[in-house]
Amino acid sequence: MTQTISRRSALAGAGALIVALRLSGTHAQTETGTGSGPSKHGLPGSLDDTPRIDAWIRIDASGAASILTGKAELGQGLKTALLQVAAEELKLPLGRLSLVTADTARTPNEGYTAASHSIQDSGTAIRHAAAQARELLKDEAARRFGVPANALQVRNGQVFGVDGKRISYGELVRDQLLSVDATPTSRLTSPADFTVMSQPVPRVDIPAKVTGGVAYVQDMRPDGMLHARVVRPPSYGATLRDCDTSPVEKMRGVVKVIRDGNFLGVIAEREWTAVQAMRTLAATTTWIERQELPDEVDLPAALMNLPSRDTTIHDTGSPGNPGILVEGTFSRPYLTHGSIGPACALAQFADQKLTVWTHTQGVFFLRDAIAGMLRMPAENVRCVHAEGAGCYGHNGADDAAADAAMLALAVPGRPVRVQLMREQEHAWDPFGPGMVVKLKATVGADGAISDWHHEVWSQSHMMRPGPPGTLIAARLKSDAAPPAPPVALAQPEGGGDRNAVPLYAIANCKVISHFLPDMPLRGSSMRSLGGYLNVLSIESVLDELAVRSGQDPVAFRLRHIEDPRARDVIEAAASRFGWTARVKSSESTGFGFGFGRYKNLEAWCAVAVEIEIPRLSGVVGIRRVVAAVDTGQIVNPDGVRNQIEGGILQAASWTLFERVTFDRTRVTSVDWSAYPIMRFDSVPESVEVHLVDRPGDAFYGVAEAAQGPTGAALANAIRDATGVRLHQLPLTPARIRKAIAR
Amino acid sequence: MTTLIINGESRSVEASPDTPLLYVLRDELGLNAAKYGCGLGQCGACTVIVDGKAVFSCVTPVTVLEGRAVTTLEGLGSHDAPGPMQLAFIAEQAAQCGYCIPGMMMRAQALLNRDPHATDEAIRAELQPHLCRCGTHMRILRAIRRAADEMRPKAEEAGTGR
Ligand code: FES
Ligand code: FES
Repeated sequence: MTQTISRRSALAGAGALIVALRLSGTHAQTETGTGSGPSKHGLPGSLDDTPRIDAWIRIDASGAASILTGKAELGQGLKTALLQVAAEELKLPLGRLSLVTADTARTPNEGYTAASHSIQDSGTAIRHAAAQARELLKDEAARRFGVPANALQVRNGQVFGVDGKRISYGELVRDQLLSVDATPTSRLTSPADFTVMSQPVPRVDIPAKVTGGVAYVQDMRPDGMLHARVVRPPSYGATLRDCDTSPVEKMRGVVKVIRDGNFLGVIAEREWTAVQAMRTLAATTTWIERQELPDEVDLPAALMNLPSRDTTIHDTGSPGNPGILVEGTFSRPYLTHGSIGPACALAQFADQKLTVWTHTQGVFFLRDAIAGMLRMPAENVRCVHAEGAGCYGHNGADDAAADAAMLALAVPGRPVRVQLMREQEHAWDPFGPGMVVKLKATVGADGAISDWHHEVWSQSHMMRPGPPGTLIAARLKSDAAPPAPPVALAQPEGGGDRNAVPLYAIANCKVISHFLPDMPLRGSSMRSLGGYLNVLSIESVLDELAVRSGQDPVAFRLRHIEDPRARDVIEAAASRFGWTARVKSSESTGFGFGFGRYKNLEAWCAVAVEIEIPRLSGVVGIRRVVAAVDTGQIVNPDGVRNQIEGGILQAASWTLFERVTFDRTRVTSVDWSAYPIMRFDSVPESVEVHLVDRPGDAFYGVAEAAQGPTGAALANAIRDATGVRLHQLPLTPARIRKAIAR
Repeated sequence: MTTLIINGESRSVEASPDTPLLYVLRDELGLNAAKYGCGLGQCGACTVIVDGKAVFSCVTPVTVLEGRAVTTLEGLGSHDAPGPMQLAFIAEQAAQCGYCIPGMMMRAQALLNRDPHATDEAIRAELQPHLCRCGTHMRILRAIRRAADEMRPKAEEAGTGR
C-alpha cells in the first residue's frame, strides 16, 4: 500500500491515498516545541525535521537494527511501541532491534516528549523510515540478483528471490545505503498483514523494573560518583540573609559546600551524609522572605482579579435566547505532578564538557537552558535521557538536572548524583496551574442548547526549558537568568484554553480565554493542561442542562454531536456500561457520564461511572468505571489500556482529593499527608476500557484523553447521587457534606 | 559495623548506625529495588521485608537490624529467573513507570507469606500505605491476586498453608 502523507496527516484505510493537514500552518508555540509552521520537506511526522533515514534506523553487519528516537520513555510504554512499529515495517523479529532514546549527541531532536505526541511524531517517522529502509534493502538485493524488486519478498530480515535465493540485511547493508533522505511516499504494511503492530506485545522495560534491575537514573552508579543535595529557599522570592557553611564543611565525608547567590548545595561521598549535611546547612541558613502569595481560601477570585490578556477564541451566532439557564463558576486549585520518585539527575564535568543524565522531557531544550545558565557553548553540553519515575508533564526533572550541572562544575571529573527530597519536589514543583471557568448556557423549549458562553482564566501551562530562567538554579545563582516570559499556547491545541471550545453543535456560542501573564505560583505543563477543567466544566453544564430539561444525559450529548467517531465512543461507553438500563441500588447511588476529544484534535474518550456516597460521610466510593476510546490505529492495545486506566485513576485522584495549599509566604502542602492523593481504599471496584479499533488510520494521541472525561463523569455522578452540583475542586467529603446539608 | 542478613546472605556494612536501611541497600550494597520516595514513611516505595514483616526501609536505622533477616525484591527472583510474584506482575503488565512497584510487591509478598488465602479486600487493605501516581492500581491488584493463586498450591504442599 502506498501512501503520500503530509506533516500531520490522517491516513485512511489500506490502499487509499490521502493528504490531510491536521494543523494550520501558523507559527505558534506548540507544546512539543516542534511541528509548528508549514511542512519543511513534505514528510510525515518528525521525518519532516530530520529527513535522513539513518538518523532513525541503522542496520549493522549482523543484520540487527538500532532505532533512534528523540522521544523519551516516561513509563508510558513508548520504547515498546516504537520497537513494534519499526519491527513491523523492517520485517525484523523484535529481538533483533534495539532502541536509543533522546540524547543530544545521538538522536534526532523531536522537541519535548509531551502532549501525547510521541507515536504521532516519532512513531510516524520511524514507521516511514523503516518502510523506506526495507525497500532500499530490497532494491539493493534486486540489483545484486539482477531481478526487478517486485519479484522479491522480505521476511525475517532477509530478502528472498523466486529461485530459492536469499540474502540477509546484514549482507546487504553497505556504507551509505541508508544515508539518504526519506521521500514523501512509503510502502507501508497493510493493517491486514500486521504481525507486531496492533498486538499486545509485553513491555520491554517491565522485567528489569520488577526484579531490581538498573531501570532509572536513580539507579546509575558510575565509578567515582558523589552524592549531592540542594538546600532550596523556603519560599519563592526568598533571598539568603546569612549562611554558616563551616559546621557542614567539618562533617566527615562532606566533599564540598556550594554557595552561589541563593543557590546552596552539598556534595558528599555518601548519600546519607549528603542528606544530613543538607539538613545541617538548612538549619544554619536564614532567609529574608516576603508575603507575596494570594489568599488561598479564595483562589478563584484572586485569579480572576489578575491582569489578563483576553482573546475570543470562538464566536458564532448571537446570544440572548430564552430558555432554562444554567450557570456555574468552576475552579481547580494548583495541582502537583507528584512523581513517586523525586527528581534526580547525574552530571559530570570533564575536559570542559558537561554531560547530564536526566529524566527531562526535552533533552535538546534542557541542553540549551543549562548552557545558557552556565554561559557555556551548547555544543559543550550533552543531555542524555535516563528514565525517572512517571512525571505527568513538566515536573522537577529539569531543575534536578540544572542542580546536578551546577554541582558537577565544582568537582571536575567526578560524576555527581543529586536527588530532590520529597518536600523540595512538592514545594518547588512547576504545578499544574490553578484555573477558573465561568460557564453559562441555556436550553430552549425545543430541548436543544440555545446559548453557550464559556470564559476561562489561567496562567501559562508552558514554562518548560528553553529559556534558562525556567530552571530554579538559574534563578537562584548569583548571575541569575531573567525570569522566563510567560508563554501562551495557541489554539487549536491551546494551553489554559485547551478544549474550551465545545465540540457540540451549538448555534450561539462564545468562548473567551483570559490569559494571566502573572504567575502567583510556579506553574507549567501537567497532563492535559487546561483540557481537564474545561472538559469537566463543559460536561457538567451539559449534564445540568439535560437534567433540568428532563432529558437523558447521554441522549442529550448524542443529540448535539455530529462527529461519527465521537458518537461511536459515547455509544460504546454507554452500552458497555448498561447506561439505559441503569438502576440505582440505593438512594446514595450516582451515575455520571463524560466525553471529550483530547485537544479537540486527538483521541476520543467517553467515560461512565457508578458511585456510592453515604450521606453521613460524604465519601465517594467508585463502584464501576467504563471507558471507550478511539485512538486511530492502535500500536499496542494493552499499552493504550494501561494509559487510559492510569489516566482514569489519576484524574479521579485530582477530582476528589488534590489541592496545593499555601499561606501568604510559603507553599505548605509539602508532603503526602498535606497533599493527599488516591490510596487503595478509594480505588474503584472495577475499571473497564474498550478500544474502538481503526485499522489503517493515523495515530491519535491518547495518553491524556481520559483526564477531562473522568473528572466530568465523577462530578456528574456526585450531582446524580446528591442532587447538588459542586463547582469547586477538589470534590472532598467535607464539601459534599456541606452541599447536601444546605 | 553492623551485620545484616540480606536475602539470606550475611553482610557487614560500614554505614553509621543511624543510617536508614534504604541508603545502605542502595548505596553500599548496590541493590536497586527499594526506592527513595519520601523518606517519611508515607509512600511505601522503599518497602522491604524484615523478619517476615513489611517495613519502610527509609525510616529504619540499620542499628535496629543487627542480625535480622532482610528480604528485598532482589531476593524474590532475578531478571533471568523471576519468582512467582515477579512473574505475576510481568504477566499482568502491572507497571507504568514502575517506581512504586517493588515496594508494592514486597508488602504483597509479606501478606501472602502470612496468609496465602488473603481475600481481595485484605489485599486492598494491606496496600493502603502505598502510593502509585501512575494509576496502575487495578493491575497491581490483579497481579497480586494472580501471584496468590500461583503461590498457594506450593505453600500448601509445603504445609505452610492454612
Ligand atoms: S520512601 Fe519510605 S515510605 Fe516513602
Ligand atoms: S507505576 Fe508509576 S508510580 Fe506506580
